[in-house]
Amino acid sequence: MLEIRDLRAAAGGNEILNGINLTVRPGEVHAIMGPNGSGKSTLAQVLAGHPAYEVTGGAVRYDGQDLLDMEPEERAHAGLFLAFQYPVEIPGVTNAYFLRAAYNALRKARGQDEADPIDFIDVLEEKLKVVEWGPEIMSRAVNAGFSGGEKKRNEILQLAVLEPKLAILDETDSGLDIDALRIVAAGVNKLRSPERSFVVVTHYQRLLNYIVPDFVHVLSGGRIVKSGGKELALELEARGYEWVEEAAGVA
Amino acid sequence: MIETYQRQFDAFAANGGREGPSWLPGLRRAAMDQFTRVGFPTARDEEWRFTPVGPIAQADFQAATPASVDRDALTPFLFGHAEWPQLVFVNGKLAPELSWVPALPPGVRVASLAAALQSVPALVEPHLSRYARSDTTAFTALNTALMRDGAFVYVPAHTSLELPIHLLFVTTAGSTGAAHPRNLIVVERGARASVVESYVGLGDDSAYFTNAVTEVYSGEDAWTEHTRLQREGGRAYHVGLTQVDQARGSHYRSFTLAMGGAISRHNLHVQLSAPGIETLMYGLYLARGDQVVDNHTAIFHDHPNCNSWEVYKGVLDDRARAVFNGKVLVKPEAQKTDAKQTNRNLLLSDTAKVDTKPQLEIFADDVKCTHGATVGFLDPGAQFYLQSRGVPAAAARRLLTYAFAAEVVNEVALEPVRLELDRLVLERLGQ
Repeated sequence: MLEIRDLRAAAGGNEILNGINLTVRPGEVHAIMGPNGSGKSTLAQVLAGHPAYEVTGGAVRYDGQDLLDMEPEERAHAGLFLAFQYPVEIPGVTNAYFLRAAYNALRKARGQDEADPIDFIDVLEEKLKVVEWGPEIMSRAVNAGFSGGEKKRNEILQLAVLEPKLAILDETDSGLDIDALRIVAAGVNKLRSPERSFVVVTHYQRLLNYIVPDFVHVLSGGRIVKSGGKELALELEARGYEWVEEAAGVA
Repeated sequence: MIETYQRQFDAFAANGGREGPSWLPGLRRAAMDQFTRVGFPTARDEEWRFTPVGPIAQADFQAATPASVDRDALTPFLFGHAEWPQLVFVNGKLAPELSWVPALPPGVRVASLAAALQSVPALVEPHLSRYARSDTTAFTALNTALMRDGAFVYVPAHTSLELPIHLLFVTTAGSTGAAHPRNLIVVERGARASVVESYVGLGDDSAYFTNAVTEVYSGEDAWTEHTRLQREGGRAYHVGLTQVDQARGSHYRSFTLAMGGAISRHNLHVQLSAPGIETLMYGLYLARGDQVVDNHTAIFHDHPNCNSWEVYKGVLDDRARAVFNGKVLVKPEAQKTDAKQTNRNLLLSDTAKVDTKPQLEIFADDVKCTHGATVGFLDPGAQFYLQSRGVPAAAARRLLTYAFAAEVVNEVALEPVRLELDRLVLERLGQ
């Protein structure tokens, strides 16, 4: 589904990704861990097509296509989704309008009929349950005045509505209290399926108690320096990142 | 040209201008003298520094001439509510055949000002020109000197109007004249009313001039909502003053939308004449091409325990230019004043321009007064967020532009007006 080969990227002239290699198959959950500044969020943003980053080398194949050649919206149309670390506030647009605009943009791009506001209520009803929300959230402006936890729940709601093939979660656990973390993680688990893959970017092992990954990768200095199973996350939690970095000779 | 208006004044004085109550000709005469003395403002006047008055001052606008308008032509401007009480003025003159005033609660008057001056001068005299005085601006003086018609809305004490009143000022296609509509809205003690004032041009091909003045009196504990839409023709010049006087405990909320005209200027002045007043002022201006849109607001906190809240937003494209000046004047006795002013501007092109100036003069010490002004472009982060959700780049920009404007439209209390404004803004920016 996703094949990253020697991916290099820079922002403002500084190299941040220095040759990432990663393969994600359908249904797999990969955790990307690493210390601050290791390039975790950059990797997530580059995959989604953020214009602030310049890809300086390497290739990414997604579902048989050249991902790096696609506009951000084309990546979304092809089933890629990024849950933002810092979701953007859009005062003046209700959550309902925004979600329907996104939902219909995908349907239109795929040659399907767009949903009118009434049809969309039916779509939403099921999806709101995923994040344990009532309909009142839909009349609030997108993320405006939302708590940190609400913003992250809203990302997972969008994930539920847009039903991507590949979901990248960028530090979805940051700033969450334990209740919000539980709801967000439970939401993600409900959306796991044999066809849908996840790349979970996180600094802490905590989230991985709830969203159990198939693979864990440690990112340092813009490269993956160690990969393993879910037990690697526990080891990182116990020993920190330094031993991995030292072993890889990057610290 | 000043002489043009002097000639019109003399002609009017000889023919119709002396009708009405005995005090009126003197008021007009004094206003004309004032206008002649001060003349049109120039760029040297601080209040008009950024407003290109030249094209108005140099033009030779004759008095607007009567014309007829097909009822269907008005449909787009009626908010889908033809049943609302409405006064329609065509080229400055009441068009009774297009107006509609249903049965209203006892004592309520919705009539032309010209008629009210004849029939109920005692209701008019205590207010007319008491708030918008001839020394407010030269244009106010000119309006007072040459005013022929306009709306008179009177809501007696403890009376609530269920339906909003719509005052619609239409300029016909091809008109090249000047009109000086003069409106007076009186909402007495404990009464409640919503008034919508629209200025629309039916054509974009001719230059004409609207010089409007509206006076509003909001009595003790009265609740008044006032919506003002400026949708003049593309070559029109529009100058307007709204002068509000609020009594103790009253609530006045204003929403202004300026989107038409080649050059437009609106002054909104609110006088807080007693303690315990609440004032909300929301504004939106949308300009493109070579439009110039100017908003000057002034709020006079003369008494303690009053709150004012002001948000004006602008969206400027192409080579459009906007001016915002927001005065907040807090007198020494106006303790416990809570005043907040915000002006935010969104530029859609590199060649659009904004001059924004908050002007706070605070002479009391126990007050909470804040202001903020911003000028910026669309947030690329927000655009990326939308694109990452599948919304194409151009549609994302339109959605964000619409959202920027919608935030202030959402503050309009009256739902049908809010929905219509929302539709207008979406049509202009979002599609």
